[in-house]
Amino acid sequence: MTNQWRDLKNADAVLVCGANPAENHPASMYHINKARDERGAKLIVVDPRFTRTASTAEIYAPIRSGTDIAFYGGLMNYILENSLYHEEYVVNYTNASFMINEGFQGPAELDGYFSGFDVAAQSYDKSTWAHQTDDEGNILRDETLQDPNCVFQLLKKHYARYTTDMVEQVCGMPRDKFLEVAQVFAATGAPEKTGTILYAMGQTQHTVGTQNVRCMAMIQLLLGNTGRPGGGVNALRGESNVQGSTDMAILYHIIPAYMATPNAAKHKDLAEYLEKETPSGGYWVNKPKFLISLLKAWWGENATSRNDFCFDYMGKISGGINSYAWIALFHAIYDGTIKGLWIMGQNPAVGGPNARFERKALEKLEWMVVQEIAPTATTDFWRAPDVDPASIQTEVFLLPAADAMEKEGTIVTSGRLLQYRPKVAVPPGVAMGDIEMMDLIYRELRRLYEAEGGALPEAVLELNWSHGADFEKICQEINGYWTQDVTDDDGNVVGKAGEMVVNFTKLRDDGSTACGNWLYSGYWYPADDGDGNMVTASKRRGQKDPGDLGMYPYWGFSWPVNRRIIYNRCSADSNGNPWSEDKALIWWDAAEGKWTGYDVPDFSKTKGPGDAGFTDAFIMLPEGKSRIFAVRNEGPFPEHYEPLESPTTNPLSSVQFNPVVKKWDVDSGQDVGDNVGTADEFPIVCSTYRLVEHWQAGGMSVWLPWLAEAQPETFVEMSPELAEEKRISNGDRVIVSSARGEIEVVAVVTPRFKPFTVNGKTVHQVGIPWHFSWQGLAKGGTANFLTPHVGDGNTGIPEYKAFLVDIRKAV
Amino acid sequence: MARAMLIDESRCMGCRGCQVACKQWNDNPAEETENWGTYENPPELSGITWTKIKFNEKVVGDQVKWLFLKQGCMHCTNASCESVCPTGAIRHYGETVIVDQEWCIGCGYCVSACPFDAVHSLHEVTGGGEEKATARKCTLCIDRTSNGLTPACVKTCPATALDWGDRGEMLAKGNARVAALQANGHPKARLYGERELAGLHRLYVLVDEPSAYGLPESPQHATTNLLGQWLGGIITAGVLAAVPFWLLFKRQRAAEAKEETSGGGEQ
Amino acid sequence: MRRISRRQFLMGSGVSTGALLLPPVVPGFQQVPTFPLHKKVGESRTICPYCSCGCGLLIATDESGHIINSEGDPDHPNNRGALDPKSISVRQLSTSPHRQGKVLHRAPGASAWEEMTWEDAIPLVARRVKDTRDATFETTEDGVTVNRTNGIAFIGGAANNDEDCYIAIKLARALGLVYIEHQARI
Repeated sequence: MTNQWRDLKNADAVLVCGANPAENHPASMYHINKARDERGAKLIVVDPRFTRTASTAEIYAPIRSGTDIAFYGGLMNYILENSLYHEEYVVNYTNASFMINEGFQGPAELDGYFSGFDVAAQSYDKSTWAHQTDDEGNILRDETLQDPNCVFQLLKKHYARYTTDMVEQVCGMPRDKFLEVAQVFAATGAPEKTGTILYAMGQTQHTVGTQNVRCMAMIQLLLGNTGRPGGGVNALRGESNVQGSTDMAILYHIIPAYMATPNAAKHKDLAEYLEKETPSGGYWVNKPKFLISLLKAWWGENATSRNDFCFDYMGKISGGINSYAWIALFHAIYDGTIKGLWIMGQNPAVGGPNARFERKALEKLEWMVVQEIAPTATTDFWRAPDVDPASIQTEVFLLPAADAMEKEGTIVTSGRLLQYRPKVAVPPGVAMGDIEMMDLIYRELRRLYEAEGGALPEAVLELNWSHGADFEKICQEINGYWTQDVTDDDGNVVGKAGEMVVNFTKLRDDGSTACGNWLYSGYWYPADDGDGNMVTASKRRGQKDPGDLGMYPYWGFSWPVNRRIIYNRCSADSNGNPWSEDKALIWWDAAEGKWTGYDVPDFSKTKGPGDAGFTDAFIMLPEGKSRIFAVRNEGPFPEHYEPLESPTTNPLSSVQFNPVVKKWDVDSGQDVGDNVGTADEFPIVCSTYRLVEHWQAGGMSVWLPWLAEAQPETFVEMSPELAEEKRISNGDRVIVSSARGEIEVVAVVTPRFKPFTVNGKTVHQVGIPWHFSWQGLAKGGTANFLTPHVGDGNTGIPEYKAFLVDIRKAV
Repeated sequence: MARAMLIDESRCMGCRGCQVACKQWNDNPAEETENWGTYENPPELSGITWTKIKFNEKVVGDQVKWLFLKQGCMHCTNASCESVCPTGAIRHYGETVIVDQEWCIGCGYCVSACPFDAVHSLHEVTGGGEEKATARKCTLCIDRTSNGLTPACVKTCPATALDWGDRGEMLAKGNARVAALQANGHPKARLYGERELAGLHRLYVLVDEPSAYGLPESPQHATTNLLGQWLGGIITAGVLAAVPFWLLFKRQRAAEAKEETSGGGEQ
Repeated sequence: MRRISRRQFLMGSGVSTGALLLPPVVPGFQQVPTFPLHKKVGESRTICPYCSCGCGLLIATDESGHIINSEGDPDHPNNRGALDPKSISVRQLSTSPHRQGKVLHRAPGASAWEEMTWEDAIPLVARRVKDTRDATFETTEDGVTVNRTNGIAFIGGAANNDEDCYIAIKLARALGLVYIEHQARI
């Protein structure tokens, strides 16, 4: 989230697209309802099905799964055609005025492609997408936004094709509903108004997921809503600490706090890494300080400038999402490359796409270690109802883990707020915290490498493990500390060896600081709780809320540096004054000569009017302006393409499917394989989703009696029209099938689902919650038996939200 | 001063936090259920399910409405269960109608008398292996409200659909909400519970007719043949030997006295 | 529509329902008596482990440390005491008999788990990790140092604490793992 949960109360309109906060983030409704009660805000829900959120909304607009870009494109077209954008914001804070290479062409001219597509390579030569620059490399701009090659005019041309008729034709969204949504949300383009967009996996789990999110960002920039109270692009993250686990980079492509994983093709050594990964401008110029401090945290005194701070001890990748991301990872298990799988609290046998394929992959492992709080379909995959244990040679260890209440730690909300949790209950039996068990494993590994040697034993033996399982010491390492006494040029002591750094502005690139995650720096440092007490920042419970905007700056610690709304320079106009008094967040105090207000400025504190770059509000970007035009693998502007499995042809161009996405085809045609269905055989659009009563792959919910009572099993929701066509009655058991497999579930026939008219044809849509398996008290068919092995063009996130099925009554 | 729960069904989002919070606070176990073609479960209130969300769907033109109803004991001023109880086990403590488990003989009259289907028998095997059936229902978390806390369901509602406080204030708040809803596209909005059965202590803001939610339009007090029922109940349960007869009458008389002081009477 | 038969779980559950403690004094009818709380509300504060709203919880435990009450923290600005059904159920999350309290090992081809001690399991786990790492380790590719193993993957988890994740990634990267993914991707 760019903003905070509590900030939702400041919104004048709340647009929920591809999220279901009433069910998956219920506490958000407390703040949304405040906005409705106190500001008269309208809640708008755009979703293929009438959800529990829709039931309480002012406006519900149905949309066929997988057509969000057509909807957003229509919305942008509406905003541009009717001049409802926030002009001062757009000119000053975005790259709308930037001039783009004259060779750039888009789908309007090239039938669905942007200029530079290489069919054989399935990728773009992006040279025509570059900025026009002067001789010194400065980007050329047209602040009148009139030049046909400026971003603004290219944008207008691109989305002119996304008419209201086109939205209706592609999305199946009734025209009057679309216009109602557009009118209410576009009204937040007025300078004194803000609107927020809430999204979740309904936007990301598509082959165009990244571009869906781009659309939301672009709309919020056009309307001047980002960086302001009640605005922003707000990802409602799905798990209690998926923000933290992402910050900590349990992902192939990054290392902690969003630095790239070293890549053999680009980074032969530390110098080359720093040269290529450090931009020329913006805050990331500090990357060498962050990286070297990370290496110091990991390899301690063994990391020195003479050995590249042990940079080479980190494994390098050779490839991208099609080599390492989730789907590729499971293919590497399937083909025998990966022999051992180590799992910490995850359940791929239920949560992975094409789950029959992924379960079969598990059977090929030599060993699997699972740190888990209860048995799942993954821990016990070798004795699932449809498998013969004797045929599976995988050795499995189930290490019993303490749950959230039974150990100490911090977690991060969707709003980047770190909060400390003490241990408040005892774990069952011999269960222990993950830190404790990983400490035991590390110590044993160290003993083995000391005794026997092996492959690059130094990386293990020289690892700085002085913290052991001591929680306090681990936190101090993450926060960052001085590795030696440091004095400034005048001889003043600025840091003492072993003491924590106050925040990441103190980090250095000479090895004199260590820091496990620069974004968290300060989280374990004592900070004011608003009443003058100095408390470990993420343990704070201060109730003060200066400005009454719901920022609560003395509660917990929000990364970075306790900033509650990022990009908040945009909460003030180009002169540094608030856009409106009731949404004043930070502003330029001319008398004091600095920025002040109710949040930590996301800007140079003393840069004032008249200083160069005073309106370069996006400090993480070298150019200082947010990117309406942004280079992504499939283009700089989002263009609608149909999902891999679609019931129709793409009305916008002859490019049916995201052209940069890899189509996996291992064992296609087999019972278990990368199979893709067609609309002839599987005419119904299906989407998977979650219920308020359960959680994710069920590992923390399906065996809880109260939750199992409320939602006891898998079901499929469908319209009465489809049920009649298929001769299905409410409550019947039915078979839902896709090219990947089939499951038997209960039919819930409901008018909350309605057939769509798409391209003049009736298209049915159904939906299935994905929490369930054969394990637990609440059980049933696993929805992911049906989902395809195909991922987004930039991130590889699977397309769970739009695929094709058929349905028949079970006999 | 009587208190009441205000349930704003226009704000309820069917998350069922209240349903589980009730079980959690009252230590009620789960029921074994199956999906029966709806999100709703358990299908009915029971001896171990004292509040639940009823999921109603209604199509009006091309619009669908998902109307949620938080079911449970209404704590009627003129409470049928109290009137028919032969042992005086059911009685008012202030606004709250409580089944005294020590006195309940499991006759089930209250179960059939309740116009809201909110009272249910629970068969329990005690530690000693003895079978026992008694009437159970929502207590408005009287132990919480006695100690300055709100009922567990009210506290937990993330939709701010539930409130608890002085009944007059809840009525005023409910009526204001109804007026706001009527002015904003909900002409059928109304407050339910102000006068029904001499006044309920669960007040509902509805955006449609009560029947659309599965609520009786005009709930009726059960026919009362009190003496016959006391005797029948006593004989049924075979407790003549165990319970001093005079005590039963004493408790019942006291309950009647209470009813008079609260100004109850059928509308 | 199928109505279903319901068996109430009460039998042998050891849970007593309707357990209101009657007021200590037999009341007069002019005055509503005070009913004592039948259990404590709890003062231990924690944060909900389900969605990312970060709601505050109040937890009460019995003398042995098992949760007997879970409800919202009224002082927490994100939820002000409110909780959804999952958050409230953390009590069952912690105390359910379905929880895993033993170290289990499944031998190749076996049809059942066998119990193990930590002392026996940890050396076996470390041995598997080391043997696979050593057997699959790549030091260079096209002359560039890569120091990685493709033979081991690490996945999970988005419900773990920051510090759990930090220790996991520190260890995984030090071992040269490159197949590292978790819920955030899917």
